[in-house]
Amino acid sequence: MTIWKTPLGRRAVLKGSTAALATLAAPSILRGAEPAPIKVGVLQPITGALAMDGEFGRTGAEFAIADVNAAGGIKSLGGAKLEMVFGDARSNPEAGTQEVERMQSEGVVAVVGGFASGICLAASQTAARYDLPYIVDVGVSDQIVQRGLKNTFRFGPGFGTCARTAFDNLARINEAAGKPAKTVVLVHEDGLFGSGLAKVMQQELPKLGFEILDTIAVPTPSRDLSNVVLRLRSLNPDLVIPSTYYGETVLLARTMQQQRVRPKGVYGVLNGAASNTRFVKEFPEAADKIMDCNHWYDPRKAAAQALIKAAAAAGKGWNYNLPLNYSCVGLLADALNRAGSTDRAKVNEALAASTWADHVMPYGPTKFVDGQNQGAAPVSLQVQEGAIRVIYPEAFSDAKPIFPARA
Amino acid sequence: MMRTYLPILAIVGLIAAIPFAVTSNTALNFVVFVLIIALGAQGWNLLGGVGGQFSFGHAAFFGTGAYVSAILQVRYGLNAWIAMAAGILLGAAVAWGIGFLSFRAGLRGSYFALVTLAFAEVLRILANAVPITGGAAGLLLKLDIGVLNLQFASRAAFLWLALGCVAAGLVLCRWIMDSRFGAQLVAVRENEDAARALGVDVLAVKLKAITVSGALTAAAGCLYLQYFLYLDANIAYGVWISIEVLLAAMVGGRGLVLGPLVGAFTLHGLGDLTKQFAGGIPGIDLAAYGTVLILVVAFAPGGVLGLLTRLWTRRAAAQPAGGRA
Amino acid sequence: MYSLPIVLEATLNGLLTGAIYALVALGLTLVYGVLHIINFAHGAFLTAAMFAVWMAVTFLGVDPYVAIPFLTIVFFAIGYGAQRFVIGPASHGDDGNILLVTLGLSIVIENILLAVFRADTRTITTDYAFEVVEIGPLLISQARLYGFLAAVVVSGLLWGLLTRTDTGKAIRAVAKEKLGASLVGIDVRHIYAVTFGLGCATLAVAACLLMPIFYVNPRVGQAFVLVAFTIVVLGGMGSIPGALAGGLFIGVVESLTGLFFGDSLGQIGIFIIFILVLLLRPSGLFGARA
Repeated sequence: MTIWKTPLGRRAVLKGSTAALATLAAPSILRGAEPAPIKVGVLQPITGALAMDGEFGRTGAEFAIADVNAAGGIKSLGGAKLEMVFGDARSNPEAGTQEVERMQSEGVVAVVGGFASGICLAASQTAARYDLPYIVDVGVSDQIVQRGLKNTFRFGPGFGTCARTAFDNLARINEAAGKPAKTVVLVHEDGLFGSGLAKVMQQELPKLGFEILDTIAVPTPSRDLSNVVLRLRSLNPDLVIPSTYYGETVLLARTMQQQRVRPKGVYGVLNGAASNTRFVKEFPEAADKIMDCNHWYDPRKAAAQALIKAAAAAGKGWNYNLPLNYSCVGLLADALNRAGSTDRAKVNEALAASTWADHVMPYGPTKFVDGQNQGAAPVSLQVQEGAIRVIYPEAFSDAKPIFPARA
Repeated sequence: MMRTYLPILAIVGLIAAIPFAVTSNTALNFVVFVLIIALGAQGWNLLGGVGGQFSFGHAAFFGTGAYVSAILQVRYGLNAWIAMAAGILLGAAVAWGIGFLSFRAGLRGSYFALVTLAFAEVLRILANAVPITGGAAGLLLKLDIGVLNLQFASRAAFLWLALGCVAAGLVLCRWIMDSRFGAQLVAVRENEDAARALGVDVLAVKLKAITVSGALTAAAGCLYLQYFLYLDANIAYGVWISIEVLLAAMVGGRGLVLGPLVGAFTLHGLGDLTKQFAGGIPGIDLAAYGTVLILVVAFAPGGVLGLLTRLWTRRAAAQPAGGRA
Repeated sequence: MYSLPIVLEATLNGLLTGAIYALVALGLTLVYGVLHIINFAHGAFLTAAMFAVWMAVTFLGVDPYVAIPFLTIVFFAIGYGAQRFVIGPASHGDDGNILLVTLGLSIVIENILLAVFRADTRTITTDYAFEVVEIGPLLISQARLYGFLAAVVVSGLLWGLLTRTDTGKAIRAVAKEKLGASLVGIDVRHIYAVTFGLGCATLAVAACLLMPIFYVNPRVGQAFVLVAFTIVVLGGMGSIPGALAGGLFIGVVESLTGLFFGDSLGQIGIFIIFILVLLLRPSGLFGARA
């Protein structure tokens, strides 16, 4: 729905800016006209290898902007409306950088998004040249917030937090079930997130009492995962932990089902498919009882439920990226409101001091330390009867874990 | 003699003046990236355009330059300038090695193209797996602005640095093409057997060409690193850069000294132009870009520079009196 | 380190996967053998064919195997048109330009698919997707078995077409001696287009066999095209039986190196073998021509 309403093309944006100039030229208060819209840069890869994720992110940002505007815009700025300046990062850091430069020249007040760590690293650095606030949506690499950039804020959890939370939750779920799982096989994609997770898991899982039987790296894209499943069958682990992208997870789950490999549990970490509604809908049997520790929304919040309905009504799919970007834009709107100004230093300050709680994520109020939102954490999910449920931590859960999945 | 260098001087002077005419960092950032690609494409052009040895694997040299420079700086704290020099040297060495193996085996045409592609892929998979490259997490260069660190606060300064490298590359290529070695290289391209019959040491000529080619493309890799400060295996050794440099050289005008520079500007200008008319549907801009690419090849088979030269000589022929402007 | 049954099963898996690779490589090697070009758009055509299968299944409810004859004809026509009206005229017969045009074509096709279908990864569901043939402890996927058989049959048909029919003879004549062929009255441009069409037609078959076991998104073809290049070289550029043998060989190599070194690093095995073959025996493992 919003996609057609939001001026995306540069020509539309240019038209918008001339209109804005015209309003600026006239003394707006005297004429009682609306204040000039505030431009928000939204950076997502919507072409190239990451296009699928970027599309979710863009949708989330679009919904957020529409909602902020519908609720009366930025109140402290006279109800100024947000206006999206979209940039396609084309799944590479160079294009991301170029788009940030363009957004800067078009006068955006901040940039939101990036998705991939490589894009986020390059784009936030470019934004830092102009003190332009940059809100990272996903980019899990912890290097992003370790560079001392004063303009870069990551709303979601980083890699270290994700890994730690994933193991803690797993250990607790296992304990609560009477420790049925002892042996584990890791299947991970060979890029940044999969390899990184595997490294941490190899250190941490043995401390929690799990024995790692094997660690299998798979390339993205993989053409065939029969051999991985073959190894799973011969190792017969209690638990399989896949950290892979969408396509590979689909292949893995289907092949496991076909080859009748049925471990006691499948526990994904930041998995690309297990928390994607499309996967659950298309492969109900293969997806059933799969657990995943991932970014997710807070199912008990009314705003989150409304967002799900809106996405479904617009014919959009659903994964974590959508509510995450929705919340990132909300975070910016809150900061703008508190700053009462579009001055960059003030917005950066307002972001750094943010204690915002109206997001749809299971995080609690925001608190930034060195640009990282301290409350951000992933949650553990499980596919139960065709729906994705939060099973841990209890504070956010809407279902109990079913584990072991098969006796 | 100096006359042959005049066009280079003119075009380099023109680009050097850009920061004085344009203050928009969007434009400067665009030019910097185009110059980096143009430098890499000059390397490709020497081997592929002048020497007729089509490579699909210049990523191997680009990535080696970038990785060596990054590893020396990040792991061993070496000065950025020295690291860049080392990157270029190792890029050249890798090029020599790949050339030695493939040319000795007598690979030409598609076979040479595919073997270079395979070498680059092997390096990519290795770089993604071994610890010294940071594996899949990549290498992040510390943001530390300073001339000694080859990092500049202004886009203009980096533009001049990149332009300096491009200019050096242009002069080098011009000089090579006017030299005996250049003539031998063209002879190898036109007819390898005939060249050999005339006493040209074909293997030595090709090896020399691929080594210089590798050095130029490795320099582009080093510049990429200094500009974006981040590397991973797909950036450094990915197929994208092999295609990028090949396209720029071919579209600009294969075998012409200024071809890669013209090609890089044409391609990226086109890419940016189509992007502005894309609207909200992803992919439309790139589809338009691809279509224009096909049209360019269809109507300018000798590259953009080839087309311009043809038009120019036709005009000159039409009005012989005032032809020499 | 692994027991014999597992190694055997991995080998079998490799053969089944390799057959699909071979199918993808068949079209590539045919086009190379006749037009002497490396077709960079091959992967994009495969993606397009896979989307066509997806549409046939999703919107028309046609079984992917039933769709084979129709899509083969459609993609023959598409390939014929692409060579006759785009690649041929735009490239002026220059190898370097053909490369650029096929590159451009792949960018166009991939991004039109992205614009139309968006970036989502899509799959089809069939009743037999999870059916297996049980041989002792082995569970062999039916869909993969069909793929294997079809690859062998298609290779045979293509081989027959090239050796037994007039068109085939014309194709081989053009491949050997373009000038001579045109002198005896063969329409070289037509034959080029027919060859390209055949290449695309084999991709349509490959797509129909792949969809029940794989997924499709606008970039999926790239996963197969690099490995197809490898197979074409291994089998000897232009050789049909070579492509089949090369595909099976690469499938097994990939499977076993994957088993022993992990699927990620195992990919190196393919490229190293590829490099060694090129350096030591550039006519290909199975090729006769130098």
